[in-house]
Amino acid sequence: MKHLTDYILHLADNALIMGQRNAEWCGHGPILEQDIALTNISLDLIGQSRYLYQYAAELAGNNATEDSLAYLRTEREFKNCLLTEQPNGDWGQTILKQFLFSTYQLYLFEWLQQYQDERLKAIAAKALKEVTYHVRWSSEWVIRLGDGTEESKQRMLNAIDALWMYTGEMFIPSESEMALQIPLDRIYKQWDAKTKAVLNEATLLIPEKVFMQKGGKSGVHTEYLGYILTEMQYMQRTYPDSEW
Amino acid sequence: MNSMFWEELFQQKIDNEIKIEPKDRMPEKYRQTLIRQISQHAHSEIVGMLPEGNWITRAPSLKRKAILLAKVQDEAGHGLYLYSAAETLGISRDEMYNQLHTGKAKYSSIFNYPTLTWADMGAIGWLVDGAAIMNQVPLCRTSYGPYARAMVRICKEESFHQRQGFEILLTLSKGTEAQKAMCQDAIDRWWWPSIMMFGPTDDASPNTEQSMRWKIKRFSNDELRQKFINMIAEQVKILGMTLPDPDLKWNEERKQYDFGKINWEEFWNVLAGNGPCNKQRLHARIKAWEDGAWVRDAALAYSEKKQTHKAA
Repeated sequence: MKHLTDYILHLADNALIMGQRNAEWCGHGPILEQDIALTNISLDLIGQSRYLYQYAAELAGNNATEDSLAYLRTEREFKNCLLTEQPNGDWGQTILKQFLFSTYQLYLFEWLQQYQDERLKAIAAKALKEVTYHVRWSSEWVIRLGDGTEESKQRMLNAIDALWMYTGEMFIPSESEMALQIPLDRIYKQWDAKTKAVLNEATLLIPEKVFMQKGGKSGVHTEYLGYILTEMQYMQRTYPDSEW
Repeated sequence: MNSMFWEELFQQKIDNEIKIEPKDRMPEKYRQTLIRQISQHAHSEIVGMLPEGNWITRAPSLKRKAILLAKVQDEAGHGLYLYSAAETLGISRDEMYNQLHTGKAKYSSIFNYPTLTWADMGAIGWLVDGAAIMNQVPLCRTSYGPYARAMVRICKEESFHQRQGFEILLTLSKGTEAQKAMCQDAIDRWWWPSIMMFGPTDDASPNTEQSMRWKIKRFSNDELRQKFINMIAEQVKILGMTLPDPDLKWNEERKQYDFGKINWEEFWNVLAGNGPCNKQRLHARIKAWEDGAWVRDAALAYSEKKQTHKAA
């Protein structure tokens, strides 16, 4: 049971931190239509995190709620992948991060919708519809920016340089992923093929032999997470035990 | 057709409540008035995303975060409908942005006030969106077709936002002492700027008369303001809060609420650029535009490449 709870928290934290980062763009996007699109993705991700936290709260007991799990755990308790907490950077970096993450979610949720746990299966099936769109939207932008102007190509190369070292962690199994037998090898193969195809069409090269960072799944994060939580959790920490 | 004749026909159409459509001949001043009003309205939606966007990352619960995100996203959508409506009058979106960035076009002054606490999300929904709805419901019947149709959609969403705002405050009003104080403080700060949203008094509003004749506008600033005050003075009782106006009193004879003197000096100053956040708001819009230039250039370059491929 602990493994399932931990794993669901990991999935929820991934979705929440991605959603929180994307929300930072709201009102500041480069094109009004795309501002709306990214906000929409942010909303989908926060929605996914809520379903997952609600389930984790039931499994955890002890009067846990979606909000106590999101707002009252510390940076060492969060289990999101390092990729999700990386700064937005410019629009290119945000787009690339979204594409790398959504592609991982796509193949993971495809698999999870056949999973033995009914509740997780249902959450994955619902999220899969959203994630399919996220992959389509972000891959179109990766291609457009990679194969756009000299400047946009250079910015995408910079984004790859900034983010690639955080991609490996998604496929290194944590204790709970091992216990639940999540087939990360197989998901990695699918992810690898898809990212290669898209980056190839975008005329971008995938770097080789990058040393991969890890730690997020076990609560050892980059320095960014502390600030994300400080901002996100401020109200709940300042005014404990209040209804909002 | 001499000019006297078609202008009379134009006015007749308006008098008969026939909508003016993009391809119809219209007086230049009618077109200009609409461009000014619709683009100002669109800019208000886009700039209005900023004060509320300020609290998305700090919203106190996941549910509130999702609701606020969706709300700010709706505002972006309203901006989109309105820019499209203005484009039917022969102005491009880029040109309208340029007018905003250079200060030639205005946006609603209310967004030059800062959002200091979470309760401001409630006060904005209840008071600011509430005042906006008062202004906008009559616009659903405005004489220019594309504008009227955009407003029908916008008003539906705005009234939903107003209820959500009120609900934020209602929750605070039933909460801890700190939450109640936060609620009252937000009402105190947003009340006067909200009633200024209806614009100057009728005797100081030069555009009103012509706009009423063209049915761009259907009620005067003072009429709408009074209606709003009557409504809010009742709703505030449900919250168990007060409005910061010692002269606010029901007048049995007029069957209206009397209210205190509005500080028009503040209004004109905020309008002139001296509000607490004028500089930040405009800076944020200009920054988004300039930082986004390479993205728009790349998208254009890419689509041109694809076009050439297809042609070849």
